[in-house]
Amino acid sequence: MRKTLLIIQREYLSRVKKKSFLLMTFLVPLLFLGMTALVAYLTKTGGDAITQINVIDETGSFLNEFKNSKELIFLPASQNLADAKNLARQNQDFVLYIPQDIETNGKVQLISEKKASMFVMSEIENQLNNILKYKQLRNAGIDIKTLESINPHIKIEYKELTDQGEKDTNTSAAYAVSFAAAILIYLCLFIYGSQVMRGVIEEKTSRIVEVVISSVKPFQLMLGKIIGIGLVGLTQFLLWIILSSFAAKFSSSDLLPNSILSAIQTVPVGYIMVTFLIYFLGGYLLYSALFAAVGSAVDNETETQQFMFPITLPLLFTYIMAFSFIVNNPNSTLSFWLSIIPFTSPIAMMVRIPFGVPDWQLYLSIALLIVGFILTTWVAARIYRVGILMYGKKISYRELVKWFTYKE
Amino acid sequence: MLKIENIAKQYANHKALDNVSFTVEKGSIFGLLGPNGAGKTSLIRIINQITAPDEGAIYINDERLNSSHIGKIGYLPEERGLYKKMEIGEQMIYLARLKGLSRKDALQRCNYWFEKMEMQSWWKKKVEDLSKGMQQKVQFVATVIHQPELIILDEPFSGFDPINAEIIKNEILELNKQGATIIFSTHRMESVEELCDSIALINKAHKILDGRLKDIKNSYRNNTFSIEYIGGEINIQSSDLFDVIKKYQTQETQQIILKLKDKIEINDALHYLLPLVKIHQLTEVVPTINEIFIQQVQGINSYA
Repeated sequence: MRKTLLIIQREYLSRVKKKSFLLMTFLVPLLFLGMTALVAYLTKTGGDAITQINVIDETGSFLNEFKNSKELIFLPASQNLADAKNLARQNQDFVLYIPQDIETNGKVQLISEKKASMFVMSEIENQLNNILKYKQLRNAGIDIKTLESINPHIKIEYKELTDQGEKDTNTSAAYAVSFAAAILIYLCLFIYGSQVMRGVIEEKTSRIVEVVISSVKPFQLMLGKIIGIGLVGLTQFLLWIILSSFAAKFSSSDLLPNSILSAIQTVPVGYIMVTFLIYFLGGYLLYSALFAAVGSAVDNETETQQFMFPITLPLLFTYIMAFSFIVNNPNSTLSFWLSIIPFTSPIAMMVRIPFGVPDWQLYLSIALLIVGFILTTWVAARIYRVGILMYGKKISYRELVKWFTYKE
Repeated sequence: MLKIENIAKQYANHKALDNVSFTVEKGSIFGLLGPNGAGKTSLIRIINQITAPDEGAIYINDERLNSSHIGKIGYLPEERGLYKKMEIGEQMIYLARLKGLSRKDALQRCNYWFEKMEMQSWWKKKVEDLSKGMQQKVQFVATVIHQPELIILDEPFSGFDPINAEIIKNEILELNKQGATIIFSTHRMESVEELCDSIALINKAHKILDGRLKDIKNSYRNNTFSIEYIGGEINIQSSDLFDVIKKYQTQETQQIILKLKDKIEINDALHYLLPLVKIHQLTEVVPTINEIFIQQVQGINSYA
């Protein structure tokens, strides 16, 4: 036990003392903020290239109804179709050809040398549809003004029933937190898991491992490394939380609009942070043991590919499921099972939590996660103890199974 | 000090050790000898409790091997290794503490050895900044820093330049004088022959010979002598006294190797030779460990 603590201490201090740790601690939140700002800025100002559409309107009823926008300008084409096509080849403009039979046929042609963007296409389609719709409404004798004045706008004010009474909830805030948690836990499992793997490979290739395991059991060395690096991760989170709460205190009211602030207040931040740390720790222990086993089986990092695949597969699968399914159906049966099975639960459960999860499901999931990491650690340790002393051998899955069955 | 009893170890479909037994006396220098792949490293790993034997038992000071012995053993693995990016002083303290020393004791032992090996200025350096010879020195210090009673050195002199090898050899002899028991494991048998009191020969997972080096050598003496003489024109032939096994002609002298016949002393042979030639040198031909090993292995093979 004393020796395991010694190993934890070394693994922890040797990483926390590094300059790159400090850099990560301060740089990552900055980068994150910077990226968010950049994305916001670009979406605001981006797409300002003006596309000119030369319209050949055989019906004559559309041309004057088009509305120019920041990105799109509609101009009447001064030539016939063939000439306009030729011109488009030279000046990269778009030619919109509206045939006489548009109302019966429902088709127009957009001609250009380069491909039109989705935005341009849908904008033109929308405008055409609107123009046609109003025209047909008028023809049917419906007063447009009356129609437009009828505009019901109902907003759901969602009240969640809790023990403390009714509570305001905000689904879009839950959405955002789900996304953030899923990305963060996915990245962290990878980052710290591969740190464990690299640490094991480093010990193996520098051959220090035989010196160390003549003093401690291989299991102690593996566990010490996993816990040490896990603590580095927790330290990093803690520093990020402290940093960001400081930053929030000083800048929140200026930077963030009130609507976002009040939305954040509907999310139970403390509860999410605690469950995040639990699931990070559980998922990390589960996966890093496997990463350690992979590290022990190979002689250098390039050989890890074939063994990494089955480890990354469940992570990647849940990650994709998280965005495509769970976030939209947080209480479905599939979401439930994904958040219960240990290999997928760290990501899946973090996505579900902002939408509210019954306590029994949470406890079951955490209990199974603990069982899961005890199991993977046991399996990994049996491979690890043989692998770290095995050099210069091309390792197959069959070989790993053989190691697993070795006696002490 | 160390008693090895009927040790067997099986890896999948390869037998690494089969019924190996021998004893290492306290305070001795012991040679664990055999070709590559004979099972030496497997045995050493068992003594170091890195792996466990399938059968048999190991006793240290008449006590069944257990985790309390870890701090009493110092091990220099064949594949040398240290943390490349860790400061050397810090690293030595860490390795000493892993062996069970307190921080204070570890620091004191480090200072002692750094001074003794003249490496004080390396304290803050990283291993990757040292030359290969310097790394070997550090590795040796890591092996003995916790004052082990039993020091196991796997291929101890490989990788050392002659000067550093001499320094390390002297340190090992000094530690031995202070009471430490030393085990050398090597396939280069001639390199440790002069140092060892006792040896065990291992080949293909089996022990084929063990005992005091002197006794083993005595048992392999077979009345064979090498005589160097001047007087080339006289051609010495086999006689009633001896058989001539080999003859050499060097620039100034001639040399013969002869085997005495039963009940004949070397003095009798000299009596015969003295009037004929001028004797330059007389040595008994005693087989080296290498030759004994080859003889043993071939002997075993011919039985099989």
